[in-house]
Amino acid sequence: MDETLGKETVALHPKKRKKQPITWSLIKNQNQLIWMSVPLLLYIVLFAYVPVWGWTMAFQNYRPGRSFSEQEWVGFKQFKFLFTDDNFLRVLRNTLAMGMINLVLGFVTAIVLALLLNEIRKMFWKRIVQTISYLPHFLSWIIVTGIVATSLSINDGIVNIVLMKLHIIKDPILWLSEGKYFWGIVGASHVWKEVGWNTIIYLAAIASIDPALYEAAEIDGASRYKKMRFVTLPGIKATIVILLIMSVGHVLEAGFEVQYLLGNGLVMDWSETIDIFVLKYGLAQGNYSLATAGGIFKTVVSVTLLLMANWTAKRLGEERLL
Amino acid sequence: MANQQISRGTTPGLSVKKSLRPSGLEPVLFHSFNTVFMICLVLVTLYPFINTIAVSFNAGNDTIRGGIYLWPRVWTTQNYKAIFASGTIYDAFWISVARTVISTILNIFLTTMLAYTLSRKDYVFRKPITIIFVLTMYFSAGLIPNYFLIKDLNLLGSFWVYIFPTMISAFNMIVIRTYIGTIPESLLESARIDGAGDFKIFMRVVLPLCKPVLATIALFVAVGAWNSWFDAFIYTSSKQSLSTLQYELMKLLSSTMNSNSNPNVAAGVGMDRDSAKAMVTPLSIRAAITIVASVPILVVYPFMQKYFVVGLNVGSVKE
Repeated sequence: MDETLGKETVALHPKKRKKQPITWSLIKNQNQLIWMSVPLLLYIVLFAYVPVWGWTMAFQNYRPGRSFSEQEWVGFKQFKFLFTDDNFLRVLRNTLAMGMINLVLGFVTAIVLALLLNEIRKMFWKRIVQTISYLPHFLSWIIVTGIVATSLSINDGIVNIVLMKLHIIKDPILWLSEGKYFWGIVGASHVWKEVGWNTIIYLAAIASIDPALYEAAEIDGASRYKKMRFVTLPGIKATIVILLIMSVGHVLEAGFEVQYLLGNGLVMDWSETIDIFVLKYGLAQGNYSLATAGGIFKTVVSVTLLLMANWTAKRLGEERLL
Repeated sequence: MANQQISRGTTPGLSVKKSLRPSGLEPVLFHSFNTVFMICLVLVTLYPFINTIAVSFNAGNDTIRGGIYLWPRVWTTQNYKAIFASGTIYDAFWISVARTVISTILNIFLTTMLAYTLSRKDYVFRKPITIIFVLTMYFSAGLIPNYFLIKDLNLLGSFWVYIFPTMISAFNMIVIRTYIGTIPESLLESARIDGAGDFKIFMRVVLPLCKPVLATIALFVAVGAWNSWFDAFIYTSSKQSLSTLQYELMKLLSSTMNSNSNPNVAAGVGMDRDSAKAMVTPLSIRAAITIVASVPILVVYPFMQKYFVVGLNVGSVKE
């Protein structure tokens, strides 16, 4: 804390300087800084901002090969089509549903696991469990979906075998061929891959809770559960709120790789998300205008959610995300 | 951030803690439960991996019979030999290595360089450049417009499509910039007095001092590059010579998943004809590639563990 305060006072002087107009001598003085950053600025403008021009396609009946002035402008026709299209409404439902499932499952499992990991007394074992739990995070979705498909397979899949041994099911289930299981499978895959990784930030927050609070709670005779409930959870509340808000902003982003890799013709109605819709209509069928419109819709909703999240976080007095 | 709180001395409380720790059944029950839970967690995490290793060392024609769990039944290294004898997968492996190494070096160097300039409070263009980069974290033009950009830049079917679009990450830039902010001003000042220019200060002072944060971010960038397949899928799929390991794996995955009941159907996928002996099936090849694709990462990450939290610190992401 002291450190930041010190820096603030140091920063006061340059602040005065900042009010000075940009002069040639200043630019000359900083020419190395300019050479180091302006080319990178041009780079990001080219790769992140220039493509936004392509959004014009959503308001056209885009035909490849025609020049920009020859394109036919159709206004909001593509968007109107999207919102009356059963296909799009379905992928929207799937995206939202899987996004919400991932969000809730991801949060609850990570917090519970962090609380339990925190109770392991032997540092050595805690480290081992943590290291192992991080492992799936580093595997690609290709590998993870391969593992999921193998585990759920009807012949020799471990999930069917275990469930049958436990007499929960009689016959093996074709998990990946039935739509009703798909959202759950996606949620479980996310948990398997990320739960360990997601505990990192909670464990860091738990580690920063003043031990004196636990001691005081113990003297007052608090049980383990009470200490979790009244010391640990309030101690990491700020972290939870920040992460929750941030995740809400990204809720639409939770859907491409798993769904694309695990999905198949049989579960299409449950597996396809906005991103898959864009890929299918755009690159596979060449309906660039409709696909772009779908993409714009997703971006606009995402940005709105993120800005709202930011605003909420600020309102709640938590630190801003940006 | 709350976690900057310094923990107070615990010694006075320690004796109290011991005497007051609740004894009886509850702690024993809880710890047994917790231990069992952790063992389950470890099993669920590791089993699929061990199973894949077992399958990768088991003869392909035997795997089809089923019943391979933790240990190969008919031990063989044929699957691995088949991968490396197969031209396509061998090439894909090296393309993956090349893109990972080049991406990581370029990304780390450029992102840190930018972070340094934007950490300088007296830099004239600091504000506008920061805003332009931070905004890129909020939106993306989307798949189709990006595809057209790559097409217009003539990068379709080029190796550089793996490198150029991901050279700088705004998020990493902010993390590094925050870290540079913790470098004592006096260090930079003394270099300046010695007559070093900004680039020299960056190369000689800032880069070496940022090693801990750069190690973590390099790991994240490298993992991202090594694991990505989507760019190979949409930008270079017409060029077999540019295929990556993950993309080859993806092609195998879809072929084995669709022929789940009879893995023989897809025999020959991803393999050269002469290596496609009866012993090797797509299923066993897939297991072997999975191991080859994950081992490089798994060897490195445990050593970086203590730095992970640096890259995840949300509190550091603020303007």
